[in-house]
Amino acid sequence: MDKHISSQFDAELTGVSSRVLELGGLVESQTRHAVYALAQFSSEVAEQVIAAEKQVNALEVEIDAELASIIARRQPTARDLRLLMAISKITGNLERAGDEADRIARMVKLILEQGSPRNLPAPELRVAADLATGLLRKALDAFARLDVSTALVILKEDDLIDAEFNGFLRKLVTYMMEDPRTISASLDLLFVAKAIERIGDHAKNIAEFVIYVVKGADVRHTALTEIEKAVQ
Amino acid sequence: MPNTPATPIKNAIEIRNLSFYYGTFKGLKDVNLNIAENKVTAFIGPSGCGKSTLLRTLNRMYSLYPGQRAEGEISLYGTNILDKKQDLNLLRAQVGMVFQKPTPFPMSIYDNIAFGVRLYENLSRSDMDDRVEWALSKAAIWNEVKDKLGQNGLSLSGGQQQRLCIARSVAVKPKVILLDEPTSALDPISTAKVEELVSELKKDYTVAIVTHNMQQAARVSDFTAYMYLGELVEFGVTEQIFMKPVKQETEDYITGRFG
Repeated sequence: MDKHISSQFDAELTGVSSRVLELGGLVESQTRHAVYALAQFSSEVAEQVIAAEKQVNALEVEIDAELASIIARRQPTARDLRLLMAISKITGNLERAGDEADRIARMVKLILEQGSPRNLPAPELRVAADLATGLLRKALDAFARLDVSTALVILKEDDLIDAEFNGFLRKLVTYMMEDPRTISASLDLLFVAKAIERIGDHAKNIAEFVIYVVKGADVRHTALTEIEKAVQ
Repeated sequence: MPNTPATPIKNAIEIRNLSFYYGTFKGLKDVNLNIAENKVTAFIGPSGCGKSTLLRTLNRMYSLYPGQRAEGEISLYGTNILDKKQDLNLLRAQVGMVFQKPTPFPMSIYDNIAFGVRLYENLSRSDMDDRVEWALSKAAIWNEVKDKLGQNGLSLSGGQQQRLCIARSVAVKPKVILLDEPTSALDPISTAKVEELVSELKKDYTVAIVTHNMQQAARVSDFTAYMYLGELVEFGVTEQIFMKPVKQETEDYITGRFG
């Protein structure tokens, strides 16, 4: 992108963009740690995830304040305006992805405290969890490079997570039918699975906003075939 | 046009293949553009891009200067105003103009308005009083001057003078009003008043405005034309021009990446 006549404006846009990436990095590591805590049943790592939440929230508030200040002073238009709108939305999605990681960590602690049986299929969530964290990382990459083709890949891959979620759900139902004593722990795992699926959804939303910045097309709630047509 | 309006837009002015020459210098290059009736059309672009030149062709202001000439066609409700037989006084009654610096006549506020009207119409004293009040009300300045109509127009503040000039052009009941950077010499409050007035005026008139203030174009206009080096680069619905212009040059200009 060409530079503005005002280099200060460029610095402000670059500044707020890198804050978003900083937030993204925090949330990504939060998510990874949550998945690790789940796989290893580590209460200690779960605590770290929960502790990071404060930092994420503070950063979200800071970014919003920066956005408001840029809009008030610069009256951005066209691509600049789309970038700032997208950053506002992306920040919200990242913060909520962080909330989901926090939720997973709390569930892990709860499952551990209840001393629930470890013969539940928790490790099988690993596939979906890795997909979700991978998607989040890709979404941040796509934003950093304003890369539409990566964004499109994310939109496709989110379907894989949804498929994993449905498969896992069926498996949990079998466990619960076989041994009603696992019902309580299975429900906890179900919430974890849902949280993972939501993280994938947030990554997908971020990808949609990358397309909005670059192409000016709002592709939310749009079929993939339509989106591909819009970005050509 | 992507935003198709419910009722088809009628054009007040249709500009076809318009080129304009200052002697040998070509100031406008083959411009094609429609100016919609009862809408505000803004011309934006860097200095020297031809936006004021274009505005000045619309009432043939350039005819005052030898060596300046226009080629092509400008159709005002079906009449080609570039035609040699066009009566210029009549044209300027139909297409009024307000300039960058307020230009009140050195006479009373009342006469500033009545002067133009007398050129075209023969009104009784009471009809003229009504017309003056009507025009000053249209220009949203009546309440400020109604008790001092006999005062010299030059005694008003800059913002009031500019609205007086708008009242003067409204008084002869034109079809189109041209505004050439009408607020560049005004403070923010007077600017806001003139902008408010522009939205009022478009109910009855077609407005074309040249402005260096892009935010002003975004605020007041329905359509925006971006010009550069005498060419019309992009023309479209204002909202689209400011959210997602089609041409890279337009985007660079409105986001401040020009040059």
